[in-house]
Amino acid sequence: MTNSRKHRVLPGFGLSLGFALVYLSLLVLLPLAGLVAHGVHMSFADFWATATTPRTLASYRVTFGCALLAALVNAFFGLIVAWVLVRYDFPGKRFIDALVDLPFALPTAVAGITLTTLYANTGWVGSLLVPLGIQIAFKPAGIVVALIFIGIPFVVRTVQPVIEDIEQEIEEAAATLGATRWQTFRRVLFPALAPALLTGFTLAFSRAIGEYGSVIFIAGNMPMVSEITPLMIISKLEQYDTQGAIVLALVMLVISFVLLLAINLLQWYAANRHTQRHSERKPA
Amino acid sequence: MTPRRVNTESWPVRLLLCVLALGFLFFFLGLPLLSVFVEAFKQGFGPYFEALCDADTRSAITLTLVIAVMVLPLNILFGLSAAWAIARFDFRGKSLLITLIDLPFAVSPVVAGLLFILIFGRQGFLGDWLGAHDIKIIFALPGMVLATMFVTVPYIARELIPLMQAQGRDEEEAAVSLGASGLQMFWRVTLPNIKWGLLYGVILANARAMGEFGAVSVVSGHIRGMTNTLPLHVEILYNEYNSVGAFAAASVLALLALVTLVAKTIVEWRMAREIAMLSADLSIENPAVAAKS
Repeated sequence: MTNSRKHRVLPGFGLSLGFALVYLSLLVLLPLAGLVAHGVHMSFADFWATATTPRTLASYRVTFGCALLAALVNAFFGLIVAWVLVRYDFPGKRFIDALVDLPFALPTAVAGITLTTLYANTGWVGSLLVPLGIQIAFKPAGIVVALIFIGIPFVVRTVQPVIEDIEQEIEEAAATLGATRWQTFRRVLFPALAPALLTGFTLAFSRAIGEYGSVIFIAGNMPMVSEITPLMIISKLEQYDTQGAIVLALVMLVISFVLLLAINLLQWYAANRHTQRHSERKPA
Repeated sequence: MTPRRVNTESWPVRLLLCVLALGFLFFFLGLPLLSVFVEAFKQGFGPYFEALCDADTRSAITLTLVIAVMVLPLNILFGLSAAWAIARFDFRGKSLLITLIDLPFAVSPVVAGLLFILIFGRQGFLGDWLGAHDIKIIFALPGMVLATMFVTVPYIARELIPLMQAQGRDEEEAAVSLGASGLQMFWRVTLPNIKWGLLYGVILANARAMGEFGAVSVVSGHIRGMTNTLPLHVEILYNEYNSVGAFAAASVLALLALVTLVAKTIVEWRMAREIAMLSADLSIENPAVAAKS
């Protein structure tokens, strides 16, 4: 008690913590608990049967498959974009740097109808791909395109500060010791970037799983082929099948929580590694 | 420049990386942004302004603004409270609280909407009671405000917590020990220190509040002219094959996104400048920091 009282020179601890907790509980925790309570009332057999119908299983495959693919594409290009933005100079760089955040700022419905128009067979990009026999809009490929759009800033913005922090002396040392540029990247730079890259990848993946607005326009929403789980929740609600919607929501919630936990562990791990390295270098 | 040569790639690699990065951003960000406006003006200015002056579109714009105006003050209050408690005091379960604040980011917007239907909907926990008292929350404004509040919970708190943790509590403790009241300390010390971070959070939260689709879609009921926000209106017009109308409404939201990006960039510059001013004192000890800024 004496220890904690020492810090309470400042006013407002009870009030601020109290308000934050009440706000969070009423708005987030109680509603989530309500969803779980609904699920507990169901028998396990019912739950399992609803959660694993062929159509639902297909929707998991579409949702997670497309989200995984999009997050992988984002990890690859996001790393390159972050590298180019930090290390190279070119005209309009600041403008492009600001543009990276567009998916955070542009409402998902706008992204949805725009990407659909662009990638439809008559659109600017789609018409270029038709002669090659590639169709994107109204196919699972369209979902991947929408999810790539949504996920771009996550990878770039988590990797960018880490690249800025890399001390170039390390690269010089590697080069002096005879490493080629590629060896330096693989052995020195990539290991330093890997935790941030993985965090960005997981953030993009987790966002992509729940995404609804941008996907439904471009997906075509064919059952078994291009129907995502969030859309199934909505169609179950529209058919007054609340139980079914609850089951699917619970499945998605559990997966999201596991991912959230993974993100937190990753960030904790990355932060600890970072401080350890720093404290080794600067003993003071 | 010559001594740094070892630290960069050969020029073909550099060119390749630049082409890959810029090509990727062009196809996935630049083209979509451009195409919103091209599609909106496809039939000229007349039909564009006609579409914007449509009564349903105007009421959708109003509703979107009303929701943002109702959500943001509460969100600011929550962000300030949470950040004050977390960054200025030590208590048990602090990291759990930080994780809980992030929780809405991990929940699909559709699930977020469903949560409120389960409480306030006709078959929900409070459904009978609300029905008996003739209070409408789902398929009405309160439900849409709640859903928007849910998805915007983390934005401001997430900006303020690391910022206030980095600033430390010395200045506020000095103010209080010199006799400032709680409010004086807040207005004269805390707020000036965090104003840019707060503004940054507000900008992001506002973009999300005005643009939210999934969560609001579940609880809105899509009643034209009544419970239709602008993003929902875009969907309705698009599904009616009213392309110009849909993209005209979308162009308003895209404009909002551009304003958001510009405002965000300006705030980032201001924050960087303040950090640079702070670290100018340290420049004698650590020239690298000064050089960077």
